[in-house]
Amino acid sequence: MFDAFRAIVVRDLVLAMRRKSDVFSTLFFFVIVVSLFPLGIGPEMNTLRLIAPGVVWVAALLASMLALERLFAADHDDGTLEQMLLAPQPLFILVLGKVAAHWLATGLPLVLMAPLLGLQYDLSVDALTILLYSLLLGTPALSLIGAIGAALTIGLRGGGVLVSLLVLPLCIPVLIFGAGAVEANVSGLGERGHIFMLGALLVLSLLLAPLATAAALRVSAE
Amino acid sequence: MPWFSAAAVVLIGVGLYMSFFVAPTDYKQGEGYRIIFVHVPAAWMSMFIYVVMALWSGIGLVFNTRLSAMMAQALAPTGAMFTFIALWTGAFWGKPMWGAWWVWDARLTSELILLFLYIGFIALQGAIDDNRRADRAGAILALVGVVNIPIIYYSVKWWNTLHQGASVSITKGSSMGEVMLITMLIMTFGFWAYSIAVALARVRSIILERDRESTWVSQLPEMRTR
Repeated sequence: MFDAFRAIVVRDLVLAMRRKSDVFSTLFFFVIVVSLFPLGIGPEMNTLRLIAPGVVWVAALLASMLALERLFAADHDDGTLEQMLLAPQPLFILVLGKVAAHWLATGLPLVLMAPLLGLQYDLSVDALTILLYSLLLGTPALSLIGAIGAALTIGLRGGGVLVSLLVLPLCIPVLIFGAGAVEANVSGLGERGHIFMLGALLVLSLLLAPLATAAALRVSAE
Repeated sequence: MPWFSAAAVVLIGVGLYMSFFVAPTDYKQGEGYRIIFVHVPAAWMSMFIYVVMALWSGIGLVFNTRLSAMMAQALAPTGAMFTFIALWTGAFWGKPMWGAWWVWDARLTSELILLFLYIGFIALQGAIDDNRRADRAGAILALVGVVNIPIIYYSVKWWNTLHQGASVSITKGSSMGEVMLITMLIMTFGFWAYSIAVALARVRSIILERDRESTWVSQLPEMRTR
């Protein structure tokens, strides 16, 4: 069972490495969106410091939406997905493997890039650490929830926009607690509560989201 | 169905009459408060319809029945409409009372998110051409949404709260005047009847549309006259 999980993760990571432009386009989308805000709002450092957590989090959310469309699309096109549905291993594990690989290829670079962008917004080292932690806990949850939307919209016209429409409302709690953690740290309230809530959301989505994704895949592949 | 439409017309008519002419003027909020007779029942319905929709979706997924998925599909636009009405009337109420059309308060925000969920459901069903897949995909989405609603509600609630507490609750009774409460209940039942009537009418059209190739539809009297 875990062999299947590992096989899928390795395979998807190799595929992602072969198509580096996909990974980098997500990453640079994230960087560009974050950099656009100072241009739109003005270079006032106090304002920027105030909005930094929210901006970084919203940009991360949008960037991970952008990458979702490709999560199952290629496998659906070449028939791999049907083989996965027929495989003796539980679909839950296979979905988990796909999401894990997807997060390693698109989510983790965002997380690692975020502190650098935080520096642009003059966040303190403390706040940057919290930003890193909150993204580390939050982006896997985003990938897991997003996988449901990706599975529901396989092969539909206008799939990309539709995924965002379906998934963004469901991602709001993650956004609230993720950005809230950094804000609480900046304003000196302590971020523990928010971080714990993020962890709880991650565990909950880890348990439930792959189930829904598996069900959605079966529906979509019929 | 004609019964429910008639009941809806009567109840909403009586309810509107009472809310404008019978219910007394509120001593703090003046005449402007009368909008709650539409606002509160609409907000109740908007949440309740989503739960009913998810229930039908669940039944449809478990027992693989066609009709329950059609019911869910028929309820979605009505639910979205009530959510929109609740937001809209809330904005009209908020302007004189809070001095702002919109505030980022917990209940307003979660109601807005509910609207997004409805729109997502309708959009997903609209995007899928195959009926069977549309039904089941929509059902999964509705169920995911209903699991998520409490989480969204509480996260938004801890995030920020300004909206006044509920004036009516089952356990504590009501903190409103009796006439106001009766008016509001009449309006609520009116909205109920309206929702049932509209959902049934819509489900009838959905059935006819999906079965338009079948013999029983072509043998209907309306079809044979043509």
